[in-house]
Amino acid sequence: MMAAPAAAILAGVALVPVLAAAWLSLHRSIVVFHEQRFIGLSNFRFLLEDGRFWSALRTTAYFTAVAVAVELLLGLPVAMLLHRGKGLLRAAVLLPWAIPTAVSARMWAWLFNADYGLLHRLAPGVDWLGSPWTALHAAILVDVWKTTPFVALILLAGLQTIPEDVYEAANADGAGRARTFASITLPLLRPAILVALLFRSLDAFRVFDAIYVLTEGGPANATETLSIYAYKTLMRSGDFGYGSTLSVATFLCVLAIGLLFVRVLGRQR
Amino acid sequence: MKRALPTAAVLVFFLGPLAWQLLTSLWPEAELTRPLPSALTLANYAGLGGTFARAVLNSLLVAAGTTALCLAAGASAAFAIAKLEFRGRSLLLGAALAISMFPPIATVSPLYLALKALGLRDSLAGLVVPYATFALPLTLWLLTSFFRELPDEIYRAALADGCTPWQAFVRVFLPLSWPALATCAILVFIFSWNELLYALSFISTPEKRTIPVAIALFAGEHVEPWGQIAAASVVATLPLAVLTLLFQKRIVAGLTAGAVKE
Repeated sequence: MMAAPAAAILAGVALVPVLAAAWLSLHRSIVVFHEQRFIGLSNFRFLLEDGRFWSALRTTAYFTAVAVAVELLLGLPVAMLLHRGKGLLRAAVLLPWAIPTAVSARMWAWLFNADYGLLHRLAPGVDWLGSPWTALHAAILVDVWKTTPFVALILLAGLQTIPEDVYEAANADGAGRARTFASITLPLLRPAILVALLFRSLDAFRVFDAIYVLTEGGPANATETLSIYAYKTLMRSGDFGYGSTLSVATFLCVLAIGLLFVRVLGRQR
Repeated sequence: MKRALPTAAVLVFFLGPLAWQLLTSLWPEAELTRPLPSALTLANYAGLGGTFARAVLNSLLVAAGTTALCLAAGASAAFAIAKLEFRGRSLLLGAALAISMFPPIATVSPLYLALKALGLRDSLAGLVVPYATFALPLTLWLLTSFFRELPDEIYRAALADGCTPWQAFVRVFLPLSWPALATCAILVFIFSWNELLYALSFISTPEKRTIPVAIALFAGEHVEPWGQIAAASVVATLPLAVLTLLFQKRIVAGLTAGAVKE
């Protein structure tokens, strides 16, 4: 069987671990003490009453909604610009997408620096990473900078499937630019927009790198997302039981978003 | 030239921060408080030292290892999915897509325990296999859609000439597929080069850190060494900038493959 190695690897690194995480979430498990004890659904009961979990869930949902919305709104004009532009412009826009998120977050941390950052030099007075509201939106800005190129490229691929003569016909019929955009470009771009929305929503919901490097979830847990909370519980506190419960909760949220999109996409056809 | 203004805005937004980082990396550390540097220097690069050079080497090894593993396991599987009849082939492709959507945090705890049990925790080899979580689905999707576009007649002709399916794959299809393999290798390399969460969770020895971990945890003794961080960022970005400029078309094609067709 030529597909067997790949299937075995995927099962080994993804399917089995997800089931193992679900099993771990039913335990009290502190790695350094070699303690592991089955406690049933106690972790999940604790989860439902854990204010920090609900706050992280709200932060993650808000981050995802705002970041993805801005990326789509910015990505469309960028895609239209790339559609007519040269290859060099495309390569320039691709660069933020290609560099490590950890690198881009460190770069933005320096731009946001309260004493000598470029943003401080241009418009002093705001401590971007110092207060909860600005810190969360600074993290969103980093994500927008990093992933708008990806959205633009998906939309560009969509634009390239629209035949030129459709536009010529609209032009001949005397349709203006706004009319052409609203009744030709947008409807024909719908599949590409949905695909970009799906990929980006699932990706933004698991956000870790940018926030870990930028704020580590601070100030006062204002930027703590589900991945950050789960990471801290697992790796800093060494609590593999409840940490796995948080991981499973994150996984279920992503699964729910994915299924929702699959239903919407399925209805399109 | 009515597109000049929006083009300039796009370039400033996407490249401006990178340009500022480049300038910071050449800025003498003692002058960072001034509006602009009086002279440029390479001191920040010289100050990076051996630990960061190790991180570059580690990242190269992990990214190359992941690429090799995924192409080796993925190419034959993609060929089988595209050209052979067997039960569960669309299930395998669907599972790969679903797995690429998994949040990595969902598998950190069991993978950590498994690597520890195997003695692979805190080793570069222990990163390569987990990286297949995101890299192998990408490989399967890209290569399957490529093999599907090659006509079935080629496969039937190879069988008629006495090839087994495996021989048809190795002798006929692999030589035809190097452009797709290259696209795939570039993307897998970039994704592995950039990964943070697994590397941060599984690696504890500073000498074994990859670039994203080294940059995330970069710290000075008293103050943040912004100049050196900037220099390290430029070093981490350079290989990707070269890849992007050289293979822009391939990267774009690979990223958007299947996104608008199906």
